[in-house]
Amino acid sequence: MSFKNILENFSKYRRGAEEGGHHEYEHRWGMAIDLNLCIGCNACSTACYAENNLAVVGKDKFEKGQAMHWMRIERYWDDADAGRDFPEQGALFLPMLCQQCGAATCEPVCPVAATYHTPDGLNAQVYNRCIGSRYCNNNCPFRVRYFNFWSYYESSWPEPLNMQLNPDLSVRDKGVMEKCTFCVQRIRTAKDKAQRENRAIVDGEFQTACAQACPTGAIVFGDTMDPNSRVTKLWQEHEVERGPYTSKKPKQNAELRGYRIFEELNVDPSIMYLERVRETEV
Amino acid sequence: MAQVIQDKIIDENLKWSQINQDVIRSMQAPGKAYWITFAVCVAMFLTAVAAEIYQYKVGMGAAGLNNPHMWDMYIATFVFWIGMSHAGTLLSAILHIIHAQWRKPIYRFAEAMTTFSLMTAGFFPMIHLGRVWNLYWVLPYVSDRGIWPNFRSPLVWDAFAISTYLSASALFLVIGMIPDLAILRDHTKGWRKKFYGILALGWRGDDRQWRNFRKTYMLMACFLIPLAISVHSIVSSDFAMSIMPGWHVTTFPPYFVAGALYSGCAAIMTLFICLRYFFHMEEYMTKNIMEKTTKLTFAIAMVWTYLNLIEFASTWYGHNIYDKEVLISKATGPYAVVFWTMIICGSVVPFTLCFQKLRRHMPTMFVVSLLLQLGMYVERWMIVAPTLSQAHQPHQWDVLWAPVVQWAIVFGSFGWFALLFLVFVKLFPSVSMYEVKELTFHLQHEAEEEKWLADQEKHATPEGAREKPVTGRPGLEGA
Repeated sequence: MSFKNILENFSKYRRGAEEGGHHEYEHRWGMAIDLNLCIGCNACSTACYAENNLAVVGKDKFEKGQAMHWMRIERYWDDADAGRDFPEQGALFLPMLCQQCGAATCEPVCPVAATYHTPDGLNAQVYNRCIGSRYCNNNCPFRVRYFNFWSYYESSWPEPLNMQLNPDLSVRDKGVMEKCTFCVQRIRTAKDKAQRENRAIVDGEFQTACAQACPTGAIVFGDTMDPNSRVTKLWQEHEVERGPYTSKKPKQNAELRGYRIFEELNVDPSIMYLERVRETEV
Repeated sequence: MAQVIQDKIIDENLKWSQINQDVIRSMQAPGKAYWITFAVCVAMFLTAVAAEIYQYKVGMGAAGLNNPHMWDMYIATFVFWIGMSHAGTLLSAILHIIHAQWRKPIYRFAEAMTTFSLMTAGFFPMIHLGRVWNLYWVLPYVSDRGIWPNFRSPLVWDAFAISTYLSASALFLVIGMIPDLAILRDHTKGWRKKFYGILALGWRGDDRQWRNFRKTYMLMACFLIPLAISVHSIVSSDFAMSIMPGWHVTTFPPYFVAGALYSGCAAIMTLFICLRYFFHMEEYMTKNIMEKTTKLTFAIAMVWTYLNLIEFASTWYGHNIYDKEVLISKATGPYAVVFWTMIICGSVVPFTLCFQKLRRHMPTMFVVSLLLQLGMYVERWMIVAPTLSQAHQPHQWDVLWAPVVQWAIVFGSFGWFALLFLVFVKLFPSVSMYEVKELTFHLQHEAEEEKWLADQEKHATPEGAREKPVTGRPGLEGA
């Protein structure tokens, strides 16, 4: 054990805490989700279950609110008074996943720093470090963190279903928090490959499981720091910018559909949603 | 002045030997009722242990938590017990500094209550962890991997604050007991004599020891007061530092401290009455002292009510839609019963303390003190649960009533607290003997002075006669 190492590490840690997260990003992975294209088919959610070894909890626990769907399709129904009701109006779908906030509220509250900001602009969750205080989800306005309330692995994948588990990431046991990682294992693989071939990552070289599975292409994933990526272009097209919230300008152009959820809380989400164009006046 | 003598705190003619005898009598071999209570408490505690073992084995799902409700009764109970610990410091340190004499017969058990409720509260952050076996990661121990806890997290501040407060208040309790332990050493036989002999740390009661003792005691009191206030402020930052509606409230630190003193005073009233009846301490736990305690409780209750109103008003006029919705759902939603229980028990019931007849009627006060505590318990729960039930994301709105595992652990914590207290009253003096002696001495002194002054007034001499009589040992002046 080197005493110098400890001190250096501590001072580095202290500085990091004062400045509040990262400022020198290598990448900033982000998304654009077009709600116009979302048909609520849940393919993204299913793909996520397959890719990320998400536990299937069963009907009882799902009803109790103990499900583990990192990617969930939220359904919102119109008020009966506000005009047309179900089924004419139908549901409004909102694919909800971790927004990988730039100023994430989950990070400062974790007592053991199990969740932290990576140079990739992701909120990483270190399962091995997590002690399960669950403060992060309490402080998450999106409620997209999922806690292993039980040892789900015991019953989630009865033989031979355990053969389909993704070997690139772990299966979590009870007592740890988990959440969407933007398929960090795919990001790592792509980065490693690019490094071996001595080149930069090309946009579209890889995708998250949800973006890959979406039949209508509603989810676009990419590096928002890469000026040529599809996602950057979409963000620019809809005039959505990263960074702290500045009070909303009244919308001049109906074509500009981009918004970030709970932007006004100043959490700087990495996912831009494109508003759904509706038949009726909202 | 005549009024002062009438409202005397205790009978000043209590013999010092009588005080010793009475306190030692309360520590004698326990009777049947004691053992029955003891057995009940052990049973309650074991129920909690069983529930915790089950939860440890299968996971936090046993506590019925779900996605929006990551915290529930464990955290509420934690805040409750931490709050209860504040009254001991109020009585022993704050009232010590402002020379409130009436605290002397009752502060000892209040201080024990502080220590024990902290020992109870300390369990809850552990119980509620998903992986309790990694608890020590919260502490900044030196590791060659250079991994530190996250010093920005209020939960880490909690760990520091509570461990500091627990050790300081336990030390304060033990230090304050030293002269009494010496008395016990001199009056007991067998293993008790050895036990108290070790704890009395060679106390002989000479001047130098008394001088050092008073200095130490005063120093510890001054150290404890800011500590106690900071502890509950830090506990409040568990909520106030978050961005959740209903938690992110600027007035939370004073609100929590007021609530803490409030529930602590109510607990003191309960234990006061229990000790008064079960140990026949009528001469020490007098109705006059009870009256003073209740007045203090009433004042704090009004502070708490005021801070509550501030919170409601600032939420209402702040026009933050999330905050406002949480407030409305508290008052009218599924938890409305709990909310109005809190308002009635916390802000309406204390008005019974305005009536002298009721203040002096012990059974009423017992019921009132329990109601106040109920109000304060549900207040803590009302802080934790409704916010989680109805936070920002409407898709995740839910209602949760705690299942049996949580209740078992919460009830068990009361058993554990009572168990510690029961052991304490039989092992240590629950009334401070030396300070009661001081008190009687002062009262006698006051009475003599009063009589002397009256005499002087009767045969009023024009000048020079108004010198105070010198009575008593000078060492005890102003103690």
